[in-house]
Amino acid sequence: MSEVVLEQPPKAIPLETPEELNLLTPRQLAWRRFKRHRLALISGVILVIMYLVAGFAEFFAPYVTTSRNVSAINAPPMDVRFFEHDGTFHIRPFVYGYDLHINEHTWAREYTENPEKIYPLRFFARGETYELWNLFEGDIHLFIAENEEGEGYIHFLGTDQLGRDVFSRVIYGGRISLSIGMLGIGLTLFLGVLFGGFAGYLGGWVDRIVQRMIEVLQSLPTLPLWMALTAALPAHWSSLRIYFGVTIILSLFGWTALARQVRGRFLALRNEDFVIAARLIGSGQNRIIFKHMMPSFLSHTITTATLAVPGVILGETALSFLGIGIRPPIVSWGVLMEQAQNYQVISMTPWILYPGLFVVIAVMAFNVLGDGLRDAADPYNMGGQ
Amino acid sequence: MLHYVIKRLGTMVLTLAFISVIVFVVIQLPPGDIVTSTLERMEASGMQASDEYVQNLRARYNLDKPLYLQYLNWIFNFVQGDLGYSYIYSKPVNELVWERLGYTLLITISAVIFTWVVAVPFGIYSAVRQYSIGDYFVTVVALVGLATPNFLLALLVMFFAWEWFGISIGGLYSMEFRDQSFSIPKLFDLLSRLWIPGSVVGMGGTAVTMRILRANLLDELNKPYVVTARAKGVKPIKLIFKYPLRIAINPFISTLGLLLPTLISGEAIVSMVLNLPTTGRMLLQALLAQDMYLAGSFLMLLAILTVVGMLISDLVLAWSDPRIRYE
Amino acid sequence: MMTDNILEIRNLGVRFQTDTGVTNALNDVNFDVPRGKVTAIVGESGSGKSVTANCIMRLLQPPGKIVSGSIQFNPSRTEPFDIVAIRDRDPRIYELHGGLISMVFQEPMTALSPVHRVGNQVSEAILCHRDVSKEGAMAEARDMLRRVGIPNIDTRIEMYPFEFSGGMRQRVVIAMALVCNPEVLICDEPTTALDVTIQAEILTLIKDLQAELSNSIIFITHDIGIVAQIADYVVVMYQGRVLEIGTVRQVLKDPLHPYTKGLLAAIPGNVPKNVRLSTIATAVGDADITTPFPLKSVGDGRLVSLP
Ligand SMILES: Nc1ncnc2c1ncn2[C@@H]1O[C@H](COP(=O)(O)OP(=O)(O)OP(=O)(O)O)[C@@H](O)[C@H]1O
Ligand SMILES: [Mg+2]
Repeated sequence: MSEVVLEQPPKAIPLETPEELNLLTPRQLAWRRFKRHRLALISGVILVIMYLVAGFAEFFAPYVTTSRNVSAINAPPMDVRFFEHDGTFHIRPFVYGYDLHINEHTWAREYTENPEKIYPLRFFARGETYELWNLFEGDIHLFIAENEEGEGYIHFLGTDQLGRDVFSRVIYGGRISLSIGMLGIGLTLFLGVLFGGFAGYLGGWVDRIVQRMIEVLQSLPTLPLWMALTAALPAHWSSLRIYFGVTIILSLFGWTALARQVRGRFLALRNEDFVIAARLIGSGQNRIIFKHMMPSFLSHTITTATLAVPGVILGETALSFLGIGIRPPIVSWGVLMEQAQNYQVISMTPWILYPGLFVVIAVMAFNVLGDGLRDAADPYNMGGQ
Repeated sequence: MLHYVIKRLGTMVLTLAFISVIVFVVIQLPPGDIVTSTLERMEASGMQASDEYVQNLRARYNLDKPLYLQYLNWIFNFVQGDLGYSYIYSKPVNELVWERLGYTLLITISAVIFTWVVAVPFGIYSAVRQYSIGDYFVTVVALVGLATPNFLLALLVMFFAWEWFGISIGGLYSMEFRDQSFSIPKLFDLLSRLWIPGSVVGMGGTAVTMRILRANLLDELNKPYVVTARAKGVKPIKLIFKYPLRIAINPFISTLGLLLPTLISGEAIVSMVLNLPTTGRMLLQALLAQDMYLAGSFLMLLAILTVVGMLISDLVLAWSDPRIRYE
Repeated sequence: MMTDNILEIRNLGVRFQTDTGVTNALNDVNFDVPRGKVTAIVGESGSGKSVTANCIMRLLQPPGKIVSGSIQFNPSRTEPFDIVAIRDRDPRIYELHGGLISMVFQEPMTALSPVHRVGNQVSEAILCHRDVSKEGAMAEARDMLRRVGIPNIDTRIEMYPFEFSGGMRQRVVIAMALVCNPEVLICDEPTTALDVTIQAEILTLIKDLQAELSNSIIFITHDIGIVAQIADYVVVMYQGRVLEIGTVRQVLKDPLHPYTKGLLAAIPGNVPKNVRLSTIATAVGDADITTPFPLKSVGDGRLVSLP
């Protein structure tokens, strides 16, 4: 779906002479073309960081998803400081604790900073115990906030209506949203290559049927169908099963673009000189497919797959936002925004929309990365015009 | 041309037949049906249903027949305009869906218009001024627009309209018109508010369309026929509009077909956030309550909307590109 | 005062700067185009023939850039000017394009817009340069199309280019180029993409039209046979340089530069029956053809790049 083409102007000369360029292998050339897309490279780095943080959520998040701070319900984000209000400098960053007031007119809770309560940040410190991947117990967190008396809290991005730390939940939510992207793409790849490959390689009526299928699926408005399918997931299923169910549903309609491309490649390759040559010297079918045809479109396939991840992430987010996707206690970015159904809630606690920011960043990064990969994968794109 | 139209109509009917099967399967998927959920409710309130009552109920919804007969029955009635009976609203589906579908269509069309009005000039600009600051700016905005979930955009628009201007943009009509019957001022009120859901729904599509147009145009700009036209003395502005744009617009028209499923999906969720009386919310309710006829009708009608839209875009394409028309 | 050269190209240098490096496509190119005559530019692929033509038309696209030199244009209808020196937005450029100088391109298949009717595309050339009504322009276009030998004008004029054969398309392109009666017509390998019989027809057509309209023609080709048929003067190019200039007779009968000699030796039919045809490279042998010696006059108006 995402057809954004991101280009960079051709950089000025200081490259090699054409002779030197000829000495590079195709892979080196592709890497070189990719590096020209500095934005794509940055996106790749951002994604690696996001996946790392999500993978080790237990360590990076100061709290676990269910832990509640009852003295901070719907509390706003805190500023991390080096200077006290009176100007005193601390080498160790700190946050101010909250002071709770009840607004006399609206009876709403209002939090202000209490300059008396100074909670310094402690890195690699012991905090809440957790089970990393449900396997290893631990209690070391990247950072927590605690004063000498052992009290303190930190809510970087505020808290929700139960007093749960939004920042921690965003990290845990990332684990689900990002992994659904990856898992979904695994399935999409499988279906796309399977159907596209059969259609392209066998041709004939198989091809016609697959093409009709693709056409039908592409002319369906996906969200209503996703809604119908996820709503059909049994209510008594565990969150984990729902998670896999949603993933499958999301990939069920996503493989068409990939299949189209794989089919096209196969059709083109069937008549490509080097494949015909391979056939003439008597290479067997499987050998032709795997040795000669696969590598030449693997790069394109990976690119298309990368560009399909955003669709899955956005789909999950939308479904969970509607309350028919991922179900608590598992959290995803969509689940986190489920509370934000109307503007009264948003205008009182706008920070519960922060998960959305991470959706945007992740999706953007995938799109830009995909564009960079696409350019790199194109062997005819030799720089220049 | 006529030959082409007939061929295209044929494939459309075939596609719709496929879709109707998919829709039927989808709405049959959830375990249980209307009767079992009715019985559950009766049991919960302490009533016992007699076997005979159950039989009657099953017969009433055709549930005693084999699946393929149920399907044929459903689709046969559907084609004749009988969409069945909604169980949660206790009304014929016909009385429920049409107005909502009309609003969906209205919002989708305004989203298409928004998409084009924004995407065409910016797409041209960023192709002709490739690598300029403006091109980069447009590109970044497009990237962000593409990455923002529709509903988040709707929430943000709603939030900022409230915070900054103190206006509530939920609903299709302003407060003073909500309870009035239809009138010309009410129509104007509707039109003046329509661009908000239209632009929110159209945002992602606009980004895609703009980039496609830019890429197409860049492709065309250096084609020999453009150079030929330049060489015979056509001035720059006219050159771009008459030649490359004319051709770049063709694949662009066909993206309208690809855009429609996205727009209709977006409309479903945006209308829930903005509280618009369109298909989204009712479809969700119907799905959750397993109101088969209502949900099935919505799904089928939305699919028809998409497929007919794609047909129109194909016909426009054929009309605009002689190479297709003459095939 | 009017000189008898319609174009005088002096020290023309063009450079392409891309990601993969810098190419000097033209170095110090010097030649004249005599008025009312056919000047052929010959040279192998990549020698800079098209780049030269694009410079004359001011059609050079980035990353190409003119880095030096001048192209003095002496039209009979307007004041002379230097094509290189005028600014991009100078109105004279639009007059130049199609009005004073026209171009026929190599690929008739892609040189016409696929979505506009033939009549529209030809008459547009007139509308760009003269203040006539659409109907008037269409009538003139019809006239021109008849002159280049398109049959059934009334139906053809309403058709799209993809309904035409390659030869017919090239005729349309020629009609489009000549419809404003330009002073110079540049033909960039107009027959390369066509098959042999059509080639001959198109060549005859160009020759006849030239005799009729007496405009100056720059004919770009790598086919010496065509040069012998059509040209009065020859410019031999190699790697962005001019190696030899002279009349057809002089150059073909008595080539002075080793490269030209090689070029001629590599033509089938130029050697006795049983002798093996040589490649340009073997015919050139050890002679130094890469050092850029400046052109020097060797009498009879001939110029050659030799030490
Ligand atoms: N767009 C471009 N980008 C980079 N280099 C170019 C470009 N166009 C031309 N060149 C360079 O200019 C040189 C001359 O090209 P030109 O097209 O004039 O050759 P030619 O003599 O017309 O050849 P042919 O007979 O193949 O048409 C080429 O060798 C190439 O290096
Ligand atoms: Mg050329």
